[in-house]
Formats: sequence, C-alpha cells, structure tokens
Amino acid sequence: MYDSGKIITGLVIFVALFASPFILNVGGGAPAVPQPSLDTPAIKSMGNPVCVRENMQANHMQVLDLWRDSVVRDSNHTAPGIDGQLYEMSLSNTCMECHSNKAEFCDRCHTYAAVDPFCWDCHIEPPKEG
Amino acid sequence: MKSDRRHFLKAAGVATIGVAAGATAAEANLLDSAKELLLGPKGAAPYPEAKKGARWAMVVDTRKLTAESMEKMIHACNHAHNIPLHPLRKKGDKYNKDEIKWIWEEEFENAFPGQMNEHLPPKVTQNEVLVLCNQCENPACVRVCPTKATFQREDGIVIMDFHRCIGCRFCMAACPYGSRSFNFKDPRIASLEINPEFPTRMKGVVEKCNFCAEQLDKGLQPHCVEACKNGELVFGDMNDPESEIRKVLRNNYTIRRKPEVGTQPQVYYIV
Amino acid sequence: MLEKALTGDSKYWGWIGFLLLLIAVGFGAYLRQFNEGLTLTGLSRDVSWGFYIAQLTYLVGVAASGVMLVMPYYLHDHKAFGKITILGEFMAVGAITMCLLFVLVDLGQPMRMMNMIIFPTPNSVLFWDMVVLNTYMFLNIIIGWTVLQNERKGIHYQKWVKVLIYLSIPFAVSIHTVTAFLYAGLPGRHFWLTAIMAPRFLAGAFCAGPAILLLIVFFLRRFTSFDAGDKAIKSLAVIITYAMILNVFFLLLELFTAFYSQLPGHMHAFVYLFAGLHGGHALVPVMWASVILAVIVLILLIPPKFRNNYNLLIPALIMLVLSTWLEKGVALVVAGFIPNPLEHVNEYAPTLNELVISVGVYAVGALIVTVLYKIAIGVKAEVGDAAH
Repeated sequence: MYDSGKIITGLVIFVALFASPFILNVGGGAPAVPQPSLDTPAIKSMGNPVCVRENMQANHMQVLDLWRDSVVRDSNHTAPGIDGQLYEMSLSNTCMECHSNKAEFCDRCHTYAAVDPFCWDCHIEPPKEG
Repeated sequence: MKSDRRHFLKAAGVATIGVAAGATAAEANLLDSAKELLLGPKGAAPYPEAKKGARWAMVVDTRKLTAESMEKMIHACNHAHNIPLHPLRKKGDKYNKDEIKWIWEEEFENAFPGQMNEHLPPKVTQNEVLVLCNQCENPACVRVCPTKATFQREDGIVIMDFHRCIGCRFCMAACPYGSRSFNFKDPRIASLEINPEFPTRMKGVVEKCNFCAEQLDKGLQPHCVEACKNGELVFGDMNDPESEIRKVLRNNYTIRRKPEVGTQPQVYYIV
Repeated sequence: MLEKALTGDSKYWGWIGFLLLLIAVGFGAYLRQFNEGLTLTGLSRDVSWGFYIAQLTYLVGVAASGVMLVMPYYLHDHKAFGKITILGEFMAVGAITMCLLFVLVDLGQPMRMMNMIIFPTPNSVLFWDMVVLNTYMFLNIIIGWTVLQNERKGIHYQKWVKVLIYLSIPFAVSIHTVTAFLYAGLPGRHFWLTAIMAPRFLAGAFCAGPAILLLIVFFLRRFTSFDAGDKAIKSLAVIITYAMILNVFFLLLELFTAFYSQLPGHMHAFVYLFAGLHGGHALVPVMWASVILAVIVLILLIPPKFRNNYNLLIPALIMLVLSTWLEKGVALVVAGFIPNPLEHVNEYAPTLNELVISVGVYAVGALIVTVLYKIAIGVKAEVGDAAH
C-alpha cells in the first residue's frame, strides 16, 4: 500500500473522532428520559382532563402546527376538547394557562432531545411561578 | 455486466420514486386522521361571535382628528400589538432605521402626494392625518410574496403569517403606501410593555397593521377604533348596506390614497 | 479533471489562500449579522433593499452574458469563440453562486429559505427567479463540464449536450428578464416601473459581462499559457461596443419619458440621482461618475482604431465595468426607494459589516471561477489548444 503511514494515521484520527461520543460516555449510562410534569395548581384542581386527545407527548408538534395554520390562515380559532366544549387554540392563552410550568412541561424534554423550537421567540411565556 | 448495472440503477430509481410516493400518500392519510383526531370530528371553527361574510373597511374622518386623539389611537395599537420602540440605530441618524409602525401620523401632503392643491383650507393641511395599511382589495404585497406568508383572508384583511415569513422584503418594495416594517433586530430587546395576549415578533420578519383581525374574529372592533371617542374612525362591513360605514360613505365624499395604482384601498378619508 | 485544480505554483496557492481568508472574514461578519439581525446593515424601513440585492442584480447580468459567447459559437458557428466559450460558461456558474448567496445573506430568516419550495407561489416573481437562476446554473455546470471532458477525450460532445446548449440560450435571457420583473412589476415604485427594464438589464449585462470576461482573457494571456486569440478578442469587443451603446441609449429613453412627460413620480428618482432631492445627495457623485465613465467608454470603443488598440481597450473595459456597476450595482436598486412612498427622502449607505460580507461572497465567486478556469486551462493545455 502506498502512503500506508499517512492513511493509517488518518484512519485512526477519523475513527477516534467518530467514536468520541461513545468513548466519552462509556460507563455513564444513558440519562433517564425526562417526563413532562403535570404538577400545576390548575391541573390539580381539574376534575377531568379537557384537552388531551391522544398521546400529546408524541404528537404535539403536529397538533400545534395544525392549530397554527387553522388559526392564522383560516381564522378558525376554536376546537372542541374531549369534554365537548369549545376551546381557543392558543399556545399562550390556552395551553399555558394550565401548563404554567414551562420549564418542567416544555423545556426539560426539549433540552433532552436537543430541539430548539422558536415558539417563545414571539409567544409570551407564562409568568414564572413562585 | 454493464447492462446489469443499468438495469439495477433503473430499478433502484423506480423503487425510490415508489417509496417516496407511498410515503407521501401515507403521510397525507396520517394528516387526515390526525386532523380528525386533533381538531375533533367537528373540526376547528371560528369563534361563534365572529361575523360571517363580512368585508371590512375603515373611514378616517380627518376633520375630527386631533393630535391628542391620534396619539391615543396609536398608543392603543402599539400596546395591543407589542410594537417595539427601538432607539435610533446610531447617534445622529436623521431617521429611525429600525422603526416599526402599524398606524402613524403623516402630513397631508405626504399621505396624499399629488393632491396638495394650492390654497387648501388650513384645517386640511395643518392637521396631520392617520395612515395605516390600506388592506387593499388588490394587494401588491400578496402578489409578490414568495411563500404566501402574507395573504388575504376571505373578509379582505391582508395579514401576515409570521411563522412563514422568510424576510425577503419583496412586500416592502411592492407596497405603494410604505405600510410595512421589518424587524431589523429582535423586538424583545426594545423597551416594551408586553401585552401577554398577543405575540411579539422575532427578528427578520416583516410586519404591518392587521386591521386587528384578532379582535374582529371575536366580534370586537379594532383597538384604534375602540380608542377613539368622537367617531374619528368608522369601521364596518362593506357587504352590509345597513352598516354605519356604508351610511358614512353614502353621505360624505371620501378619497383614498393613490387610487391610480389600482390596489383598491379599503381605508377611506373624509377631508 | 478536478485534479487539475490541485496542482499549481505558489502564486496560484497564494491566491487561493487569500480568497479563503476573505471568505472566512466574510463568514465571520455574516455570523454577526445572523445573530443580531439586518440592523447591522445600512438598510432601513424606507430603503429595505440595498447593496446585497444590487449585487444580485449586477451579477445576474454577468451570468447571463455567457450567452454572448454561446450564441455566436454554437448557433452561428463563430469558431473564434471556440476556446473562450467555456470561460463564459464557467464565469456564469461563479456569478450565479454569488447571486444565490447575496439573496441568502439578505434574508431576515435564512433558516426558513426552504419555505419557497415548501410553499411554492407561482404568482411571485421571486419564486420564478429562484427557478430560472438554479436551472441556468445547473445547465452551465453540466454543459461546461461535459464539453470540456469530451474535449479532453478528443471526442465531439453528445447530442443531448447540444439540446442543453440550445436550452441555455433562452434561460440566459430569462434570468435577467425575470430579475428585471422583480422591479418592473411594482405599482408604487415609479423609477422601476418601466417596460424597458428588462431590455436595459440585458443591454447592461451584455456589455459588462463580456467586458469582465475580456479582462480575464487579457490577464490569462499575460500570465498563463492560455491565449484566446486576437480574432476572439476583437469580435467580443464589437459585441461589447454595441451592447454599451444600447445600454446608454436605453437610459436616455428613460430620461426622455420622465422629463418630457413631467410626471412627478417618474422624475423624482432621476432628480435624486443626478441633482439630489430634499437634501439627499448620496448618489449624485455615483451617478455622474457612471455617466462620465460611460461617455469616455463610448469614445474609446466606437472608433475601430481605438477599440483595436489594446492599450486603449483595456482601460475602456475597466471603465465600462465600473460605469455599469455604479449604475446597476449601486444606484438602480437604492434609487427605487428614494423618495419613499410617502415622499420622504431617507438615504442609505452600506455599513462596513455589510461590505465585508459582500467581499466574502465575491471571494466565493472568485474561488469558484479560479478553480474552474484552472481546470479548463489545464485541459486546454493538455490537448494543445491553449496557445494560439
């Protein structure tokens, strides 16, 4: 093999870089998947859930996307909750009314999943509790 | 060998297209079922208070405008829509390059260039007039937007989808009235008394007056109209012959800004 | 063929290194703009497009001008252009890359750029500009590369390449026409609202682009083994002369319509450009410099005796590039916004950060053109077609 020294050195560097995340985390164990907290006064005092239709944790991106287009582009602001009542499709004014714990409800998982949605660049965060 | 490779590539190409088409169809199905699931079997609906079949328009009675009343209306809008007050970009700048405005005051000759006759009554020319997005029936900004981020609703309102705007500013070049502003910087860094019910914007998107669509959808009047006490602004439904705005238009001669550009503004002025 | 770009003398690598340095500095400046927003530019609520979009406009012309070589060579069998047509095609690739980058750095939300494809909007001219620019770029890459590869192998290019070549001719016209439509279809901007915007753009392009190419040809003749030949140089100079005459003629037509009709909207921008308006004079020296240079250029280009004297031709070409750049790459876009729709005069000047980013983009274009030319000249030298 020509230039075997250079090639092997290059390969070693490549493999070391590529595997570095695994090597550095050896023995650390995977961090536990965080769960969104539902521990807010508004939710606790609630009898039956009103908004959750189906596995919101998995689908909320699509839900919010649909709601956004529905509200902004079609002027359809309301949708029935599972209790049959109409609710305003609004992140700041409906969702976060009850889920007022943004840090535990949104940010914790987003940080874990390394996603950075730009909701809060424009929409106003609920005031910090306490 | 060579022909085998060719066949393989062809088959692979067809397979790729097939899979892509299948995935798209599956996604469309998913979306349909998701829509039913997420928006309920009845789907999403407007607020019950929203007026159906309306075509919104405004009359500005410049005879009644005073510096004080205009300031009130502008403030009501700025506050409701979280409009930032950016400082001058550089000390000594002749004008505010970062400025955002939805409704503001202009001299008569600037609002109506070419209609500045000689010896006009001083009360016409001395007072400033209010200008805002004209909510054109034939909007140039909507025509040029490459992403449909600015679009026209069924009730005629020309509105921005801030989520979609890429900040190309073609609409600002197209607007014949200078009604659009661009977020040259993050609005949240400006001094701003935030109204939590309405979002701010982010840097890099265009914004403008939305005729208070958020109010109209709830059956309410625009903030500037709510703020005026002496009927300076008349707002209403052009499709309703009995509406106040139709009466006002019947009884007064009104003018519009730059009628010659064919945009059909829906803001009328009594001078 | 790419390997030809990987061998070169120290001057070649020095130039590449210099360009990479400029690109790095420009990229750093862009990161600042990306984080803080377009407030770092000189743009404002009133002048919402400026240096970036003006460069886009100018460079679209440079890209389109490749057709001034392609058409005589492939359609009229003008053999003298045989050697330099590839240079025109590769220059177009570099120019369009710069155009696309200038659009990108001008966007407020560049991360959402793909919205133009996710939500395609055929009624927007910008949508069509994206379509034709990208198509034209790919056409030139494919045509240039394939023809060069076949030349190296000593075979004639394939039929399908010919089809693409014919296709590239209307596309060259279309990129500049569609770019003119960005401006010429806006109801409130009198300065741009002119049916001869597209022809004006094309005339400007067909003199400025070939002028830049010809300057490169002179450079290559001096410093490399590549010689385009006197015949090609002289024919191209004739094309440049006619195009420049048309360019100036079209500007005079605009002036006539504005000032004979006395329509205020049409006159304002020209008054602003040539004399200043309401205390705004920023572009007056730019516009007069452009006009004076244009007159000198015409004097030097029209008489064959001057034009065929390379000692006069080269400075004439430099002045031509400068004159057209001042007019289209600086004044044309900015003046459309002044006075604003409310007849206020608020002026614009690019900031340092804006200019550094622009230099970075130009360096990317120069790098692409350098590498592609290195390959083309290497291949020509290999098959013995370089020297005249």
